[in-house]
Amino acid sequence: MSNECDKMNNIKIKDAFTNGKAFIGFLTGGDPTIEKTIEYVLAMEEGGCDLIEIGIPFSDPVAEGPVIQKANQRALKNNTNTDDIFKAIEKIREKSNIPLVLLTYINPVFYYGYDKFFKKCKQLNINGIISPDLPYDEKDEILETANKYDVDIISLIAPTSSERIKMIAKDASGFIYVVSSMGVTGMRSEIKTDLKSIIKDIKEVTNIPTAVGFGINTPKQAEKISKIADGVIVGSAIVNIIGEHGENAAEPIKDYVKKMKNAISP
Amino acid sequence: MSKGRFGIHGGQYISETLINELLNLEKEYNYFKNDKKFNNELNKLLNEYAGRPSLLYYGKRITEDLGGAKIYLKREDLNHTGAHKINNVLGQCLLAKKMGKTRVIAETGAGQHGVATATAAALLNMECEIFMGEEDTKRQSLNVFRMELLGAKVHTVKTGTKVLKDAVNDAFREWISRVEDTHYVIGSTMGPHPFPTIVRDFQSVIGHEIKEQILKLEGKLPNTIIACVGGGSNAMGSFYNFIEDSEVELIGVEAAGKGLDTDYHAATIAKGEIGIFHGMKSYFCQGNYGQISPVYSISAGLDYPGIGPEHSYLHDIKRAKYVSATDDEAVKAFEYLSHMEGIIPAIESSHALAHGMKIAGDMDKEDIIVITLSGRGDKDVAAIARYKGIELYE
Repeated sequence: MSNECDKMNNIKIKDAFTNGKAFIGFLTGGDPTIEKTIEYVLAMEEGGCDLIEIGIPFSDPVAEGPVIQKANQRALKNNTNTDDIFKAIEKIREKSNIPLVLLTYINPVFYYGYDKFFKKCKQLNINGIISPDLPYDEKDEILETANKYDVDIISLIAPTSSERIKMIAKDASGFIYVVSSMGVTGMRSEIKTDLKSIIKDIKEVTNIPTAVGFGINTPKQAEKISKIADGVIVGSAIVNIIGEHGENAAEPIKDYVKKMKNAISP
Repeated sequence: MSKGRFGIHGGQYISETLINELLNLEKEYNYFKNDKKFNNELNKLLNEYAGRPSLLYYGKRITEDLGGAKIYLKREDLNHTGAHKINNVLGQCLLAKKMGKTRVIAETGAGQHGVATATAAALLNMECEIFMGEEDTKRQSLNVFRMELLGAKVHTVKTGTKVLKDAVNDAFREWISRVEDTHYVIGSTMGPHPFPTIVRDFQSVIGHEIKEQILKLEGKLPNTIIACVGGGSNAMGSFYNFIEDSEVELIGVEAAGKGLDTDYHAATIAKGEIGIFHGMKSYFCQGNYGQISPVYSISAGLDYPGIGPEHSYLHDIKRAKYVSATDDEAVKAFEYLSHMEGIIPAIESSHALAHGMKIAGDMDKEDIIVITLSGRGDKDVAAIARYKGIELYE
């Protein structure tokens, strides 16, 4: 086995949090095309992303705001399916060891078959799954299968989680996705939630890194968040660049990611 | 396995942001459902405002014409606002008010549930916003105006396919943004736990009354109860008190649209597969790697790609049977009841009626069928005219 191969098999989500504060970027697979997804993921890595979330498009993305809803529609218009995303990741893995996480509503995973899905994840070194409609209480749906194939289930903690925070954090793996605001994904001018107190509760029960997402789009916001969390997640702002630039988004994405990563690097 | 299960179906597959709200709703509901004062208040509203109990009407002419089983119609069409929807809405709005909520939101397809919610909100002095797909606002412009008359704000949904399921999506999105003062009045026995249970309980008054009324009229239980099924609230309400009476056959009728062999139907049990969507595990019309399929029916109220989890369970254990009726069959039944009994049924309920017409003739004269007429058909007159190629101006 070559060194490169060894390294591939050892990619872990925690690696994303070793290079200062982590910058986590998101895009929807297949938007605008599956070929461009490969190019844009690599551009995000080049720009300084420490971990990348790739969304599997879904017909009814209930937790998404307008920007990511439109990206889902663009991807589905091209008939992007789960196997296309896996094929794209296979290509990405030929060039990159960046930790990768799939963001998907649970129905496409259920439909694909849990065993088949997570087996594929392991083969391609996909390190985690985030499912916005699979809360802590329904985790058993996939827990055993995900564990069998070493795929971390990323837990979400919301502004309304209150006494649930410690329960969720205690059982978390990979990283903890702290939802910054009420509502759906999308760029916000202000984040009002008391994130400090949520993260304090989390840290009391676990050492797993925390990353804050929902609404973050400016370097200033990112810098502020990076002072209290281990990572910053940006989705809609990147998807918005793709929406604007279509097939020519690689450079603007790279520039944007660079700017954001700089903002959170001391 | 988590709470709120009906066999493998049901559950709480929804954003973490809403979980505490759902847990609280469950707790409050479990308290108030046994609270004497709450029940007195609700019953007073049902009896003195909505017009309950609704009649169980013997359809003498259709019985004689079809030449078999005696056909009774459970007249939910006679309720205030013209459908069974008001039963659930009064219950949920009163509960929301007790919980300290000042605002209710709801999804609507044809507008029946939206109108009912706007009505209850007006009565209980609550702020109200209704989510309705852009396509449906065009088809049902009269209902949009009706809801506005009642003081509700109608939010035109322009996302996705711009119909009922998208209205549900946007209502959830709104609720995730604002749970503090807002209750989401889900209109059917669907969604995350505890909604399928709450809606079923509030609708079960239909079956309670059927049992009481038929025993009084006939001295025995019916052989068969038939109701139409979209999400399934009028059917669940009709069936629930008969589940233990194994001799009573329960039949749900789905919308077969232009035919089960076409892509234009909403027959979830007949053509769907198990999936997880809108907060629940159940059967859904889906395909292409688990994308939710667009569905079609002449009836906007049955035009939903899923079915309530308790129906899926009753199907799995074979306690209820699910069949379907096409647009053509429903329109024929719509006209038949209008001619024969002077009752214009909702196009949704006409699906149940169509199945009753299929089976009544083969049953004995001593047999009894109860068909739930979930709503009245005034709202459908223009659509039926269009279906027959007649252009009406309202």
